[in-house]
Amino acid sequence: MTDGLVARISGPVVVARNMKGSRMYDVVRVGDDELNGEIIRLDGDEAVVQVYEDTEGLTVGEKVATTGVPLSVELGPGLLSSIYDGIQRPLPALQELSGSYISRGITVPGLDRSRQWEFTPAVRKGDAVGPGDILGTVQEYHIEHRIMVPPAHAGVVQHIHDGSCLVEDTVCELDGGAEITLMQRWPVRKNRPYVKKLDPTLPLLTGQRVFDTMFPLVKGGTAMIPGGFGTGKTVSEQTLAKWSDTQIVVYIGCGERGNEMTDVLTEFPELVDPRTEKPLIHRTIMIANTSNMPVAAREASIYTGITIGEYFRDMGYDVSLMADSTSRWGEALREVSGRLEEMPGEEGYPAYLAARLAAFYERAGRVICLGSDARTGSVTVVGAVSPPGGDFSEPITQNTLRIAGTFWALDTSLANRRHFPAINWIKSYSLYLDMVHEWFAENVAQDWEELRGRTMYLLQKEVELQEIVQLVGPDALPEHEKAILEITRMIREDFLQQSAYDPVDSFCPLERQYWMLKVILFFYDAIVDAMEQGVPLKQILDLPLKTRIARMKEIEDVAEIEGIVAEIATGINEIGGGR
Amino acid sequence: MQQGLASKEYKTVNYVSGPLIFVESPKGVSYGEIAKITAPDGEERTGQVLDVSGEVAIIQVYEGTSGIDDLKTKVRFTGEPPRIFVGYDMLGRILNGIGIPRDGGPAVVPEDYLDINGMPINPYARDKPSDFIQTGVSAIDALNTLVRGQKLPIFSGAGLPANELAAQIARQAKVLGEGEEFAVVFAAMGITHKEASFFMRDFERSGALERVVFFMNLADDPTIERIATPRCALTTAEFLAFAHGLHVLVILTDMTNYCEALREISTAREEVPGRRGYPGYMYTDLASIYERAGRITGNRGSITQIPILTMPDDDITHQVPDLTGYITEGQIVLSRDLFRRGAKPPIDVLPCLSRLMNLGIGPEKTREDHRNVADQLYASYAYGRDLRRLVAIVGEEALTEVDKKYLNFADKFEKEFVSQGNEDRSIERTLEIAWELFSLLPEYELKRVKMEFIQKYHPHYAGGEARGAG
Repeated sequence: MTDGLVARISGPVVVARNMKGSRMYDVVRVGDDELNGEIIRLDGDEAVVQVYEDTEGLTVGEKVATTGVPLSVELGPGLLSSIYDGIQRPLPALQELSGSYISRGITVPGLDRSRQWEFTPAVRKGDAVGPGDILGTVQEYHIEHRIMVPPAHAGVVQHIHDGSCLVEDTVCELDGGAEITLMQRWPVRKNRPYVKKLDPTLPLLTGQRVFDTMFPLVKGGTAMIPGGFGTGKTVSEQTLAKWSDTQIVVYIGCGERGNEMTDVLTEFPELVDPRTEKPLIHRTIMIANTSNMPVAAREASIYTGITIGEYFRDMGYDVSLMADSTSRWGEALREVSGRLEEMPGEEGYPAYLAARLAAFYERAGRVICLGSDARTGSVTVVGAVSPPGGDFSEPITQNTLRIAGTFWALDTSLANRRHFPAINWIKSYSLYLDMVHEWFAENVAQDWEELRGRTMYLLQKEVELQEIVQLVGPDALPEHEKAILEITRMIREDFLQQSAYDPVDSFCPLERQYWMLKVILFFYDAIVDAMEQGVPLKQILDLPLKTRIARMKEIEDVAEIEGIVAEIATGINEIGGGR
Repeated sequence: MQQGLASKEYKTVNYVSGPLIFVESPKGVSYGEIAKITAPDGEERTGQVLDVSGEVAIIQVYEGTSGIDDLKTKVRFTGEPPRIFVGYDMLGRILNGIGIPRDGGPAVVPEDYLDINGMPINPYARDKPSDFIQTGVSAIDALNTLVRGQKLPIFSGAGLPANELAAQIARQAKVLGEGEEFAVVFAAMGITHKEASFFMRDFERSGALERVVFFMNLADDPTIERIATPRCALTTAEFLAFAHGLHVLVILTDMTNYCEALREISTAREEVPGRRGYPGYMYTDLASIYERAGRITGNRGSITQIPILTMPDDDITHQVPDLTGYITEGQIVLSRDLFRRGAKPPIDVLPCLSRLMNLGIGPEKTREDHRNVADQLYASYAYGRDLRRLVAIVGEEALTEVDKKYLNFADKFEKEFVSQGNEDRSIERTLEIAWELFSLLPEYELKRVKMEFIQKYHPHYAGGEARGAG
């Protein structure tokens, strides 16, 4: 342990003198108030510290003490349904200690020390265990919290605990004297180890039509949602947090609004996971560093979140992690870099921005976990990006584009006309399509890929036709092209648009998605057939079928949607357009 | 903690640049503390420490540095953060940008002495905003509903009547079913005397003056003082809201001037600039102002913020509106085009947004059909606006019958719904006008509205029977 003195203070950056012998990224306590900080540069006898708390009132000459350990999180029972700040201090505990406002210099452990947990052993005395092996389980809500041998340990079980215990209690003793407690610690900036990364081939289902059918994401994949303000990044992230078919959700509110976290906090306990029928909050861990909370802790919040995600992955669970927004994290990097007087790269961001972003997104993945049972787990990362002025050419968007597998581009003009989710179907893409089409063919329908392909083709065609319409007016188009415009309008308004607030529409299972799209394309085929037989387009469109299709969203019963296909056939037959 | 040294005077100013002075070899100076500077002519000024090391302390001087020299100027560090005296009897008073009375009245009777930077509200302690505020302005109430505890800025352009709109909201805002009126904290940053006196006259006319606190930093007042003005105003608002349980409406105008003051300091410090020369930390800095809105669990009061900013060259992607939009819970955007065509208020609803709208509307708050009506108005108006562009090229004759109806809808929407002058419309009246507009369109086009609401509220069905729908 080294003790130094404050030599300079500039916002969240503090220079400490007399720090020879301290290590990079070790946690330090700064000043008489013992503010939490982390060493980010060593220079001779000086150490540069980024402080996770407000530095106002800190004076030159106050003491600085290193703790000798890097910034770490506590991993163990009690994580689920918690809400933490960027350095894993539970916000309810902070409220108890300091009231409605966050004051400084408070250290609270991430996990409740006094809570009793029922530990059920899974190994016996004499068993040989290695890193990642499951020693036993603790039931936390509906989730089986698996207590694993930490990565560095192995040996023969000498003693195994059974029954209730606290997080700091030893649950297992190995030969050689190693004692494994219910909880473990892990430095946030270090990836948790695994055996092998796998190709992600399972889709991550979200109940959102534009995501699942058009631009699917996979378990263990990465996605980015860039968009100007008001385009619905946060609503998209929250929707994903609500309806993703993963067992665990980590939600990081990074530099965003306080009221939004309140929203999640009040809404999630009331919402029920459609798959397990348990409250959503029970599978959720929240990290909140709102925009007015200290900037350095924002930088840490992303790492705190993903380390917790990796821990649940290692148990063999699918985890999805929502980071809203990674731009604020990048800006925190920029602010600290500026105070360090580093040579700036593009737009003042540090030159290592791309490397840091890539390293973060690469912590996602589907893996074979440590442990002799070779279980698999995954972490999926969905990062929101807030480009200034909605300009996608800025560094964070561009650097993330190079890494992310799914690109959901939000569009201000769609948002302005209240087309939500405002995902631009021309700009967006998913690199995982090839990996998941087999799964869709087996589990949804053989013609899923074809259906999606035709839809994309029609939407692309619409863009070309709209250009012509802008020049010569809609009347100049031939009938069959007018039919395309009618159908694409249906695809846009009756399929792609989805209300996040309507009880039926907010979650749309895959089967319903498939049939809704099928109905629209069947209608298109029927129109084309009927027109070939001389029925005018107008006569077909005057049928009540359009309204019927437009109201599909309100129908919960898949069979009823399927039934619309027959209604279309009959309707068109009656006006002489049947085959 | 360094009491003994705090009163020591330094004459070691060795560098002055823009609003900053650099003092050599300070002892025991803390980050963010207030310094008193005595200029050679004896005038005392106030500054704040921005950066401190054993060798030098950098101080920003609120009143500016003209007249400061590097020989006789004396600097005394107070050892205290910037603070303001607050009290209930500030209501009805006019103060300068850092909270000193400028109305000739006596000093404020202090009840507390608070750090103007405040502290971040623990997100866990926040209470969910949920009370609908009826502003009496249709474009806001129906489409971008304001709720108590929200921060909803007005994006204006040079010469657009943002002040009139803000004054109208301050005058008319009420929570239905409660008789209580809002207390208003008004912070002027670099606005002209004319604009300031407009607000004062308006409050006076509506008899609201005694529940308004004015913080006035006018265009000819010191620029750097503007950095402190919104913070003083919000500290006062927090005190009134959370110590006295009042519902406070905070109007901050003009945030663009604030950001320029911030840029001035940043360039004087020779920091690496972000976009358009504004500092890279401007997002964080603005957030430390805007996030001081909301409600706290177990507390009666609330803070609702209406910041006003001017978009330079009407550019919504400019740094100031852009960063604001990323922090606030929506925005109200004024349009020059609508203004020219005589709409009052000239609110362009398409880029407007209220993120908290859903918390404040629906049955028991406004009306069950509110969400659907808002969605339908947006969709139909947006389509009508698109058609206008088309008509400019191909002429109205080329349009289909339905499209012509949309075109008419868009015109009527602007003239009858958005434009309303000084009328104070109830939410019922606003929704009624919306349904009148819907009757201009074929019924089957009303896809965003549930059938049951159409049957209940559509003028065609009024009285229980259908008269040739669509």
